[in-house]
Amino acid sequence: MLRYIFKRLLSLVISLAVASLVIFFVIEIAPGDPATFMLGINSQPDTIAALRTELGLDVPQWQRYLNWIGGLMTGDFGTSYTYRTPVAQMISERLWVSLPLAIYALTLSTLIAFPTGIYAASRRGKAGDTAVMGATQLGVAIPNFWFAMMLVLLFAINLRWFSAGGFVGWDKGLGAGLWSLTLPAISLALPQAAILSRVMRSALLDVLGEDFMRTARAKGLTRKQALWRHGLRNAMIPVLTIIGLQFSFLLAGAIIIEQVFYLPGLGRLVFQSINARDLIVVESVVMLLVFTVIMVNFAVDLAYALVDPRLRSRT
Amino acid sequence: MSLLSVQKLSMGIHDHPVLHDVTFEVAKGEIVAITGESGSGKSMTAFSVMGLTPGGAHATGRIMLKDTDLLTQTEAQMCALRGNAIGMVFQEPMTALNPVKTIGDQVAETILIHGAGTRAEAMQIAADTLTRVGLPQDRFPLGRFPHELSGGQRQRVVIAMAIALRPALLIADEPTTALDVTTQAQILQLLAKLAREDDMGLLMITHDLAVVSEMADRIVVMQHGRIVEQGDTAHLLRNMQHPYTKLLFAASTHQVDLPSLTSDAPLLRVDSVSRDYRTPRKSVFGAPGTFRAVNNVSFDIKKGERLGLVGESGCGKSTLTRAILGLEDVQSGSITLNGAPVFSAGRANLAVRRNMQVVFQDPYGSFNPRHRVSRLITEPFFLLDNPPKGQARTDLIAETLEAVGLSAADADKYPHQFSGGQRQRIAIARALIIRPELIVFDEAVSALDVSVRAQILDLLADLCRQYDLTYLFISHDLSVVRTVTDRVLVMQSGQIVEHGPTEQVFSDPQHPYTQTLLAAAPTLPDLTDKASTHAQPPLV
Repeated sequence: MLRYIFKRLLSLVISLAVASLVIFFVIEIAPGDPATFMLGINSQPDTIAALRTELGLDVPQWQRYLNWIGGLMTGDFGTSYTYRTPVAQMISERLWVSLPLAIYALTLSTLIAFPTGIYAASRRGKAGDTAVMGATQLGVAIPNFWFAMMLVLLFAINLRWFSAGGFVGWDKGLGAGLWSLTLPAISLALPQAAILSRVMRSALLDVLGEDFMRTARAKGLTRKQALWRHGLRNAMIPVLTIIGLQFSFLLAGAIIIEQVFYLPGLGRLVFQSINARDLIVVESVVMLLVFTVIMVNFAVDLAYALVDPRLRSRT
Repeated sequence: MSLLSVQKLSMGIHDHPVLHDVTFEVAKGEIVAITGESGSGKSMTAFSVMGLTPGGAHATGRIMLKDTDLLTQTEAQMCALRGNAIGMVFQEPMTALNPVKTIGDQVAETILIHGAGTRAEAMQIAADTLTRVGLPQDRFPLGRFPHELSGGQRQRVVIAMAIALRPALLIADEPTTALDVTTQAQILQLLAKLAREDDMGLLMITHDLAVVSEMADRIVVMQHGRIVEQGDTAHLLRNMQHPYTKLLFAASTHQVDLPSLTSDAPLLRVDSVSRDYRTPRKSVFGAPGTFRAVNNVSFDIKKGERLGLVGESGCGKSTLTRAILGLEDVQSGSITLNGAPVFSAGRANLAVRRNMQVVFQDPYGSFNPRHRVSRLITEPFFLLDNPPKGQARTDLIAETLEAVGLSAADADKYPHQFSGGQRQRIAIARALIIRPELIVFDEAVSALDVSVRAQILDLLADLCRQYDLTYLFISHDLSVVRTVTDRVLVMQSGQIVEHGPTEQVFSDPQHPYTQTLLAAAPTLPDLTDKASTHAQPPLV
């Protein structure tokens, strides 16, 4: 088990190093000089050169990479080219919206997907299964921004239970904060729940066909007992994989939903920074997202080992 | 009064009839074997008794366990009986256990689910039962996971689960079919011992007549969902009435006539071959270890010779086969066909490969289901520089199909339109079509029913006469190897421990391992000996 963790950690460090190199150099070769962009195309060359020195753009690439990585490690993400504020501060403000939103949405999605997936699998081919599968088909098909607008129309404009957009901030209290994230979380969660529910169902159905399920029945377990005691844990590997992927997606991929609800999240920050050619912000946010994805994968790997003893003894 | 009495059981799944008027009994402490070929309904009979028939099944008749008619029980009542009054053991020990639970938990579950004790008591019973089936606690503690055990050990766990509550009836569905012959002998002995000790009825489902005749007190022979004959083992073996029973037993001991050897020229030469596999590193930065799967093996096959290779799983048979076919390189030694290496410059040598073909075990998995037979059997053409085209191609397909006992018209069909035996003929046609000098049969008849197997063996003998076949016949089935080979190699732990003319090795084995193998293999009593008054005594 210790060796398994150590190997996972090693691959985590390597992935991070490779990812940081790729991110840095891809953004380096992207056309457009931030200094020129900030000062306008008609500015004087010596002014541009001065700004480049100030931004630290005049040293060799490898040194800028090292400076950037060194900064990331110490929490100094540099200064935004456009806003002239520390990037770390901008990101942490946004992260306080995006991270809770992603966790909220993922919790909702799991809470919906597990019962429906298990229910559908246990009634395979019957009316309940067909109904759940029909609903998930719909959930996968509906674009989440349209669904988000429908939610706004119904719950914010007609019923006035929620505000139509914006985020009240956590200083108003946990309840108020969560309340204002509820509609975005639901719009993000439902399509994810539909996918997760289908994965849960098919993973369970695969397991239900296994020989050991028949063995369990021969011991005297009812169909339901066999499903809960022997089926569920064996079905968790594919489900955990999807949950890991979904979390990464929810953290970074919420741009459209953040636009619809006018939320100050990471997605919008990336979008704005790309438009403003604020490369240092883009780099840092992308690196942060990559870091999160890799950490989530690491957590999923550990969860696999908890679920399946065969992975623990394997090297 | 009998323990289990199945009376006029008829069963169908949706509109498809499966069982007709099945009637038989099992007494306390008696071992009854149901035998027959695939599709005979023997497993369905067992599942009917367990009440675990597939959806859409409907049954008539009676299945009396003591005074209870199992067919009239509700699902909840059946759950209370399963594992408690009736235990069941399955064919595939590798997959019959839940991989994520410990063996202790899985055995204890039988006790807990029936409320037969507290958790601590259940764990104690589990420990005792595991010890009883030959898994003592000092070597196999309750916390072991299934993947840490071998196939035979896992089957012992499955048996422990089935007998933990000392059921009155134990059903064993092909319990040893997936196991090696020495392991099979141990598991059969264990089952017989448990039945005698607990005075438990044992209903064995098996296709293996040798197992049946050594083990059972009574035999029930089934065909197409009907019982064609049943009786005491000794009596039935001596007085078979039904033609199907006679056919089954004749097919199991089927002998073929091989033409005599004509040439003395060596064809394939395997010279001091070793094959290593890398094993996981012992520490994260340590060098990977190696496992020697084939260790310094040398032999040759003469032109027109039929060579057998026997050994248990993990002995290196498959590794050796892959090396001979040029699918993998070897670490030392050489393999040559007519003097040319099968593997050179990092890849299989095409000029040599076209002279070798292989027939695999699984007639279902070894064809692309979306290709027609004509395309399937002409696959080896890509090895040729000038494959036949047009009429020549059509003629060759027709000729080859006819050679293996199919017809030219079969060329346009798809594999699913054929039975298992016919598919194996297609596989042989595929190997034969480019007239290779050597064919490797890798467990090629192991998945077939005995009657079909007998036909395929006859086909092999025919082809030997017609085409001067040279082949390497790899099998775990000793009786088959005995009849279709001239010479045999016995392999153990990567080494050839004995080799010699087949008859000599079988009748006078020299190496202790060969002796063990032959002793463990169940054999049919010599039925031609009418003078003998009793069949072989049952085990233990």
